[in-house]
Amino acid sequence: MSSILILIQLLNGLQLGVILFLIAAGLTLVFGVMGFINLAHGVQYMLGAYLAVYLYGLTGSFMAALVLALPLALLLGLVLEFLVFRHLYDRDHLSQVLATFGVILFLNQLMKVLFGPASLSVPPPAFLDFSFTLVDGLLYPAYRVALIVAGLLVALGLWLVITRTRVGMLIRAGATNPDMVSALGVNVRRLFLIVFGFGAMLAGFAGVMAAPLYSVEPGMGDNLLIVAFVVIIIGGAGSIRGAFVAALLVGLVDTLGRTLVTDGLRLVMDPSSANQIGPAIASMLIYVLMALVLFWRPEGLFAPKVAR
Amino acid sequence: MTDQAHMQAPVAATPRAPLIVASVIFAALALIPVLAEAWGGAWLTSLAVRAMILAIVAISLDLLMGQGGMVSFGHSAFVAIGAYACGIMITEGVYEMALILPVAIAAAGLFALISGAICLRTSGVSFIMITLAFGQMIYFALGSLAQYGADDGLTLWSGPDFLGTSWLGSDMGVYVTVFAVLLATWALVHRITGARFGRVLRAARQNPTRVASMGYSVFRYRLTAYVIAGVIAAIAGVLWATHAAFISPSLGAWQRSGDLIVMVVLGGMATRNGALLGALFFILIEETLSSITHDWRLIFGPLLVLIALYARGGLVGLLDRVRGPR
Repeated sequence: MSSILILIQLLNGLQLGVILFLIAAGLTLVFGVMGFINLAHGVQYMLGAYLAVYLYGLTGSFMAALVLALPLALLLGLVLEFLVFRHLYDRDHLSQVLATFGVILFLNQLMKVLFGPASLSVPPPAFLDFSFTLVDGLLYPAYRVALIVAGLLVALGLWLVITRTRVGMLIRAGATNPDMVSALGVNVRRLFLIVFGFGAMLAGFAGVMAAPLYSVEPGMGDNLLIVAFVVIIIGGAGSIRGAFVAALLVGLVDTLGRTLVTDGLRLVMDPSSANQIGPAIASMLIYVLMALVLFWRPEGLFAPKVAR
Repeated sequence: MTDQAHMQAPVAATPRAPLIVASVIFAALALIPVLAEAWGGAWLTSLAVRAMILAIVAISLDLLMGQGGMVSFGHSAFVAIGAYACGIMITEGVYEMALILPVAIAAAGLFALISGAICLRTSGVSFIMITLAFGQMIYFALGSLAQYGADDGLTLWSGPDFLGTSWLGSDMGVYVTVFAVLLATWALVHRITGARFGRVLRAARQNPTRVASMGYSVFRYRLTAYVIAGVIAAIAGVLWATHAAFISPSLGAWQRSGDLIVMVVLGGMATRNGALLGALFFILIEETLSSITHDWRLIFGPLLVLIALYARGGLVGLLDRVRGPR
């Protein structure tokens, strides 16, 4: 019984990890390759979710919404890059923080104006609207499984692009030494644009996929953004592999922690105090993890060897 | 003629101009209760108290960011520690500020000492993230205090006494106290910046290796600054609890730390009045815009983007340019 519960938590943790990875992948490349702190990356996740809501309302089909949302998310990312971000690459980190913070405020409020402050949702596609039976009476929704599979496929595809293609090679080179890549005649600005648009699309994809699971509301990306930063710091900025491992690690630690810590504390103290401090400790776990990683390996677990 | 003017300008303009700007700001703040008497009422003083408390925190953060190059993303945790020290003691029946303040200072100082010693092993973006981690730990820890309101926060049914008097029970008393603390904070950071301590911090920001080779312990100087800034923020937290009579873990949320960074950058980092101006401007613009439209963030967001893109050096940089080269 308890092992089934842990299995469910494992699956939930994987699912959170996959969403985190989709967000962190773009963030780590933008940060690793361009040295650009993009706080507005979480907003792109939110935009993806709202696109799903809007397009679902328009087409009545989740799959159609997904297919249409991806190019639109890409386009929105490119528009933001063109309007704001490209003017910030040469600036210090704090100017980037200030500007992207402004973008967050604007877009969060814009969504509130356009769609209202209430949280919205999208039903999962009909063909995934069933549940697997783990044991008698314990079901696991197929959509969540599909999300995990889709996320893992994207991760695989991304890994192939990064390790097997010319663009991927340039991105890796850019993460290691952008000046040298530029000196060798590569149009680094265009490379940045590709990375940026692609990252925005992945975050948008995460948003679309998350729309049937979480409530779609203004500011939904803000907390995930912070966790995504935790992921890229643990994984090492600029490393897709690091982002993948760290995202799954953070997803699992966070999800399993929420059940196991309280249960564990009950063994050593009275249940009411355990119920009280268990959730707090569980929420802290990923930050403790990050602090430990930063303390022992400040550059992250899989940081590319940076020659700057 | 022009040559001479240019040569003199930095010497003559640098020490005096910030003092003039600061005098104008503090004179305006001192006049607010008088103005409030005339037309604003309690609303205006309450707004000014909020702005001044945030200015205290922002100035302390600029000591870290501007002087020490330490961008803390967990600074609001110290505000929360101060506020909770005040809230918890009042709930437990200790009303005397002369007891509350030392406890708040000790708690924040101790936390700053321990977390700072760990955080300062890193630098740059790692420092930002590890301070965020400690800030989040405080945030979640405060949210688990079931007997003190947990996530919902804690209402303080009575305010603290000040040496046995009810000085802090009146709006004017709170206003004068917050004003005095702000003035003292500004003066203290002004002094620190000009003193050897500040020069070592700034030098270490530019080249820690060189400073270390001159025999200074960069770590100790930075840790000292971290503790000072944390303690100042905690004092502001005590003032916040006194003023608002309500505290909640959200005082220490990462969004608040982000707001503080934005205030400092907005005003102009490492300038005498940047943090002060940034905090006051932030609150003022929030209040003005939100009285015009409910969706004031639609204006405020792009405004921040424009300031980041075009006003290098923040508001103080803008002021300097308006005044022009002399």
